[in-house]
Amino acid sequence: MIATATDGIKEITPPLSDADVASLKAGDRVRITGVLYTARDAAHARLLPLMDAGQPLPIDVKGHIIYYTGPSPARPGEVVGSIGPTTGGRMDKFTPKLLALGLKGTIGKGVRSQPVKDALRQHTAVYFGAIGGAGAVLSRFVRKLEVVAYEDIGTEAIRRLEVEGFPAIVINDCHGGDLYQDGMKAFARDGA
Amino acid sequence: MRDIHVSSITDAVKKLCMEANYELEPDMLRAFDRALRTERSAAGKQVLQILKENAELARTRRIPYCQDTGFVVCFVEVGQDTHVTGGGLVEAIDEGVRQGYTEGYLRASIVRSPFDRVNTGDNTPAVIHTEIVPGAQIHIKVMAKGGGCENRSKYKMLTPAEGLDGVKEWILECVRTAGPDACPPLVVGAGIGGTFEKAAILSKQALFREVGSANPDPATDALEKELLDRANRLGIGPQGYGGDTTAFAIHILTYPCHITSLPVAVTIECHAHRHKEVTL
Repeated sequence: MIATATDGIKEITPPLSDADVASLKAGDRVRITGVLYTARDAAHARLLPLMDAGQPLPIDVKGHIIYYTGPSPARPGEVVGSIGPTTGGRMDKFTPKLLALGLKGTIGKGVRSQPVKDALRQHTAVYFGAIGGAGAVLSRFVRKLEVVAYEDIGTEAIRRLEVEGFPAIVINDCHGGDLYQDGMKAFARDGA
Repeated sequence: MRDIHVSSITDAVKKLCMEANYELEPDMLRAFDRALRTERSAAGKQVLQILKENAELARTRRIPYCQDTGFVVCFVEVGQDTHVTGGGLVEAIDEGVRQGYTEGYLRASIVRSPFDRVNTGDNTPAVIHTEIVPGAQIHIKVMAKGGGCENRSKYKMLTPAEGLDGVKEWILECVRTAGPDACPPLVVGAGIGGTFEKAAILSKQALFREVGSANPDPATDALEKELLDRANRLGIGPQGYGGDTTAFAIHILTYPCHITSLPVAVTIECHAHRHKEVTL
C-alpha cells in the first residue's frame, strides 16, 4: 500500500501491488512502515539452489521488500546495532529470480546491472536506496528484529524487521527511471 | 632498549578499534561542514546533513557509524630500540581486534578463507604492515576499512610514456567507476611508483593524512587539488544522488620506480573514513 503524506513523501506499507510499484518514480522519497526482510551475499547464495530446484524459500517474498544489510550486534536493551545498506550490485546474479517469484522491492546502495533493471520492468518491481554508511541513524527506525533463517551465518542471516518510517529513495523504478543517471547528468560540469 | 609489554599493545588496539567505529575523526566532520557550504544539490545536502547526524548518534550512543565495521588495517612503526615482551606483536594486535570487536558490539566481517567463507566470529585477523624505524616508541595506526569501497579499489601498471596525464586519467577513472557503489563522498588514496606491492601499500598509507591538509610536496599538492576539482565535476555527488561533492580528498604518496614502470594503485575509501592512531 502506498499513500502520499502531506510533506510529499510516499508512505509505503508492504506487501506492494503492481499498481503500487508502478506509481513510484526514480527520485521519489519514501518512508517504509511494516515488514522488511534482510538478506545479503551468503543468504542469497543459499536461496539460489532452492529457487533453481523450485523449492519453497524460508521467507515468502511475494509483494515484499528485501533489505541488503548485515547489521552490527545490538547492545543489551537495544533492538539492533548499526543497520545501513550494503552494495546492491553484488546481489545482481540472484535478483531477477527473486523478482520472478514476486519480490517487489530491494533496498541497497549502488548501481544495479542492466539485467536487474530489465527485470524490474518485466516484473514490476523497484530498487530503493538507503543512505550507505548511515547505519546508526537507520537503526532508529527498526522496532523489532528476529532471525528467521540461516542463523549460522551470523550477520548474514535472514532477519525479519519491523520498521516504522524507514527512509529511502527510489533509485530504479519499473519504467526505466534511474536516479543515479539523472543526478549525475544534472550536476556534471565541464572539466572533469 | 625499552621494553613494551604486549598487553599495552592489545589494550591500545582494542581502544583504537572501538573509538574509530564510534567517533569519526574531526577532519571528517570538518569535511562535511565544508561540503555543506558548497554543495548545490538539495539531495546531496540532505545526505551530508544526515551523515553528520549519524556521526553524532554514533558518538553519543556508542554504536558504530556504519554497520560494516571494517577490516582492521594496521600500520605499525616499531622503534628499533624497543623490545616487545610477553608474546608476539602480531598476536597482540589480533587480540586487541578480538577484544575491541567483541566487547564493543562491532560486526564480525572477516571470513577465514576466501573460498569456504566461514566467519571467524571476532573480526580477526587484521592486515598488519610493520616498519622498523629509529627510536624507542611504537606507533600504531588503525583503520577500519569498509568492504564496499574496498571493492572499488583498483590497480594499473602504466607505462612511463603514459606519464602524468595517464596517471590523472586513471585516478579519475577509478573515482568514476567507484560511483555510487562506494558510498561517496570518497577519500581517495593513490600510491604511485615503487613496485606492485609498494604502490598498493602507499595507497592505503596515504589515507591516514589529515583530510583537508596540504601534501607536504608542493607539486604533489597541486596534483591532488587538480584531481579533486576534476573529480567533483563528475556530478556523482553524495551517495551518487547527483551533486558537487563526490570526493572530500585525494591523497597521493609516491616512491621511486624502475625505468620500465609507472604503477598506480588507488584505494577507494568511503565517507565512513575511520582512522585512529596512538604512540606507545
